[in-house]
Amino acid sequence: MSDSKKNHRGLEPEVTEKLQRQASELAESVDAGDYAKAMTLINELSEVRDQSLYREVGRLTRSLHEAIRNFQIDPRNAEQQEALSKMTDASDRLEYVVQMTGEAANRTMDLVEETMPVANAFREEAASLRDEWQRLRRREMQPAEFRELYGRIDRFFVSTASDADTMYNNLSEILLAQDYQDLTGQVIQKVTALVKEVEEQMLSLVVMASHVDQLTGTVHQIEEKEESAEKGVGPQIKADEREDVVSGQDDVDDLLSSLGF
Amino acid sequence: MKILIVDDFSTMRRIIKNLLRDLGFTNTDEADDGNTALPMLKSGKYDFLVTDWNMPGMSGFDLLKAVRADENLKTLPVLMVTAEAKRDQIVAAAQAGVNGYVVKPFTAAVLKEKIEKIFERIQ
Repeated sequence: MSDSKKNHRGLEPEVTEKLQRQASELAESVDAGDYAKAMTLINELSEVRDQSLYREVGRLTRSLHEAIRNFQIDPRNAEQQEALSKMTDASDRLEYVVQMTGEAANRTMDLVEETMPVANAFREEAASLRDEWQRLRRREMQPAEFRELYGRIDRFFVSTASDADTMYNNLSEILLAQDYQDLTGQVIQKVTALVKEVEEQMLSLVVMASHVDQLTGTVHQIEEKEESAEKGVGPQIKADEREDVVSGQDDVDDLLSSLGF
Repeated sequence: MKILIVDDFSTMRRIIKNLLRDLGFTNTDEADDGNTALPMLKSGKYDFLVTDWNMPGMSGFDLLKAVRADENLKTLPVLMVTAEAKRDQIVAAAQAGVNGYVVKPFTAAVLKEKIEKIFERIQ
């Protein structure tokens, strides 16, 4: 790999030297009118070129083998299984992340939905007692009403303590439900490392392929493919750095109002 | 007021459902993509559609176009709540006749504002 990297652009020094010598000899013999010698020299020149080409191709082939071997997809050995299972493992792991985050979100929402009515009832009872209390302070209350208020305040204290317990416990369970972050974080980091590794090996294959193209003079017609966004492309990463992406609701609102919305 | 919430993630449907309930809209149904949503819309007499964009099967954008193309549904107010944030997409949604566009992640206040704005314009 490193060999071909060093030499793929130019030929080896001794080959270059030989070519230069032969080229000047060729010029000399053409000048001197010695066409027989010139023809021999031309043949020798193309032989040198062919030889260096073969050598380079040989080197690339070895590097390619190396790169493929690093990919661990040689179908003849048992490592293939492992390499493939690495990818399966990665998607299993990501599946696990989806599952964990889903469970945590649902658990959190269960607790929130359980707590909201408690907070609501608490607020309503407190507001109603406050109104009654004001009436009492303005001395607008009959003794019978006062006795009822007396009982209600008593019950309110009891239920306040137990409601606060419920809310506290639910909040602390919501806190615990966030523990997925630690586990999913680790899993995602592992998968990221695998993706990086695969990318590096993929890159060396691409570099290798471009060397082969250079040597053989192959030019690929690469069609520009514009990805349609109609199906949806998902969340945009680094939206702040991109011109074609809005960076938040304010941007959306500005864009829509510029369209007359 | 009957509202259909369309999103492929049940957690997101649940969040929207909760926010709508806080706004006083308790009559909501859910669907997980356009293919499920469209027949529901056709038979269910909905007053409002809240949809995601990126979903397997029929996308929210295709659902929006299908709604606008349907004689009985074409005036149905549609709010898009989506992570799709490309300017082209927002322009396309506006041209396809969306009534409001909320990008995820969003706040309860933003959702409330957009919904109120849509109803203001309709009334």
